[in-house]
Amino acid sequence: MSEQRVVNILFCGVGGQGVLKAAEIAGLVALRAGYAVRKSEVHGMSQRGGSVESHVRFGPAVHSPLIPEGAADFVVCFDAAEGAKYRHMLKKDGVHFGPFLPLVRQQGIEPRYENTFFLGLLSRYLPLPRDAWLHALEQAFPRAQAENRRCFLLGAEMDAGRLKAEG
Amino acid sequence: MLNAAALNMKTTTAPQRELLSGDEAVARGAWEAGLKVAASYPGTPATEILEALALYSEVDAQWSVNEKVAFEVAYGAALGGARSLMACKHVGLNVAMDPLMTAAYTGINAGLVVVVADDPGLHSSQNEQDTRWVSRYAKLPLVEPADPAEAREYVQAAFEISEQFDTPVLLRLTTRVAHSKQDVAVGERAVRPNRPFQRDAAKYVMVPAHAAARHRAVEDRLVRLRAFAEKTPLNRVELRDRALGFVTAGVAYLYIRETFPEASVLKLGFSYPFCDQKIRDFARLVNELVVVEELDPFLEDHLRGLGLTFKARHPSFQLGELRPEHLPAIVRGEAKPAKPFPARRPVLCSGCAHRAVFSVLRDLQLTVTGDIGCYTLGAAPPLASVHTCLCMGAGFTVHEGLRRALPGDRRIVGVMGDSTFIHSGITGLINAVYNRMPGVLLILDNATTAMTGAQPHPATGRTLRDEPTRTLVLEDLCRACGAEHVDVVDAKDTAALKQLLQQRLEERALTVIIARSPCWQLVRTKAGAPEFKPELCQACYECLEIDCPAISKSEDGLIKIDIARCTGCNLCVERCAYEALIPRRA
Repeated sequence: MSEQRVVNILFCGVGGQGVLKAAEIAGLVALRAGYAVRKSEVHGMSQRGGSVESHVRFGPAVHSPLIPEGAADFVVCFDAAEGAKYRHMLKKDGVHFGPFLPLVRQQGIEPRYENTFFLGLLSRYLPLPRDAWLHALEQAFPRAQAENRRCFLLGAEMDAGRLKAEG
Repeated sequence: MLNAAALNMKTTTAPQRELLSGDEAVARGAWEAGLKVAASYPGTPATEILEALALYSEVDAQWSVNEKVAFEVAYGAALGGARSLMACKHVGLNVAMDPLMTAAYTGINAGLVVVVADDPGLHSSQNEQDTRWVSRYAKLPLVEPADPAEAREYVQAAFEISEQFDTPVLLRLTTRVAHSKQDVAVGERAVRPNRPFQRDAAKYVMVPAHAAARHRAVEDRLVRLRAFAEKTPLNRVELRDRALGFVTAGVAYLYIRETFPEASVLKLGFSYPFCDQKIRDFARLVNELVVVEELDPFLEDHLRGLGLTFKARHPSFQLGELRPEHLPAIVRGEAKPAKPFPARRPVLCSGCAHRAVFSVLRDLQLTVTGDIGCYTLGAAPPLASVHTCLCMGAGFTVHEGLRRALPGDRRIVGVMGDSTFIHSGITGLINAVYNRMPGVLLILDNATTAMTGAQPHPATGRTLRDEPTRTLVLEDLCRACGAEHVDVVDAKDTAALKQLLQQRLEERALTVIIARSPCWQLVRTKAGAPEFKPELCQACYECLEIDCPAISKSEDGLIKIDIARCTGCNLCVERCAYEALIPRRA
């Protein structure tokens, strides 16, 4: 454990994009790294193509399962319009993934591996070991393991200059 | 879904801490407490409790036909001496209120815990009721965890309270408890022999004379429960800075800790009957007392009754969900801030057969009495072809009532899904037959309970654990109920459905049309997306009238198809009069 404060990640998108799965994996990786974890999600009707958001929080101790307004370190959006709605949730120096969305097309990533790619990008910012990510991915996606691994690493190892240019 | 829970069980390297949702933690805690029998009907946000329990071989777990049935099965098992649990969403408990009210009189034998999950903010519900009132109404103890770790502990405490006081116990969750996850320290299963079952007519046969005596027992029990409320560690005083003190329960406690970490808190985990003395003592210890709760003024009303002076929420906070950033506004006495943005509305999946049925109902300009399920989404424009939605099973009965009020209007049809029909639609069909009401009732049979995540039901021939069972044949059942015509059509064959509807609407008979096509989430088969010929497109947007998420207006004023989302169902092709959409051969 190296993080002494609570890290707040807001995943958002539209039902069917793998938002909840991505949040689940991030939460499991933080748990394995020894952090206290809280996570919130919404199931049911909104999953049918509606707005889907999931909050993941980890640190030495966490209270609320919801990230308070203006406290998100990361807004990981899978959809530009949804991402734009959550700007008010982002901290002043937080990272919004909206500008990274075009990378998906540029890198030729199939929509169903989009969430793995974004987890790779996110992993660059978090104090969580690479092995724990890859292990969690393997277990979350028993099929297409190689492709998930490839897309995750694509995000995790992307040229930093490239990211700056987009962000 | 089963997968999510299974993932947790299998992947945790350190078995003593698991990332569990509130629902999964209830299941875990109940299993640890020696739970033997569990029953439920799927309902967001409580569905995953039974899905998680299904993974424990020691628990006899079932999807029941509806919540009343689930409660009675769990109640019978508790009488038989096995610790039992019934789980449902808030409106599901309404369905089980009849047995619940009288089970409060008979008491139980082995522990019986009723888990009910409210949905503040209506993420996936038809109302925003505050089920805490049921505890007062039914005179039952109420336990409220704030998070998954407490859910695991409190369900175990609830079983102890149930047996100590011979009463069913309500364990109330809200969406943010049920569907939040937390690292939870878990334990092992306690070995508990069943209690012996004893016949006791005065206790278990509720005829008037027996029930009058049991009413006294209920009131006596409430007195003892009040004393218990004062002592139980579930009601916890946390003294920090005494300038500000909160009285709260459930997830609101975590929002207080997040935003006012220095403030003192009286956290009510056993929130009915109230611990009046503890509340009074806490009020004396702090300078300013603030009551924070979600939805109705359940705590506020009681504290007012105690004659205490405190700051209550602005009434606007009685609507919708509480969020951590609301706390400062509550303390300042301000109104609830407006939601920063509207959520994108949900929509039927691409490839969903309901879309085809609703496009026909709309084209025929029928009035449709609808029901609860994915197909409620047919109410939103542009489909706009569901005109009432009240509760499970009302699609057929409201149809009957509407027809009785409008005897000349034969262009009214009732619609409900397969799982809903079995839950509580059958009685409406029998009522229409019995009371000589002609009309057309549609069962949209997609072979699953789709909205809650594809749970099996009696007509699927599979159980909660995916074991094979006798399959309920809907068409045979409808015939047995006395429907004069029972037609089965392919839900995606819009031409056949339209023709059949037009024919049946002309007849003075009671017809059930079963529009059958499996949920796309189950089959997930894809054909190629239709080919779009922009040069032929007249920009009439008729193809957008089916409300498909895979087709939309494009930047150039024509239309575009999202290849990734399109399932190739070709419903849009049917609507194009200009041959601008050409079906692609698979």
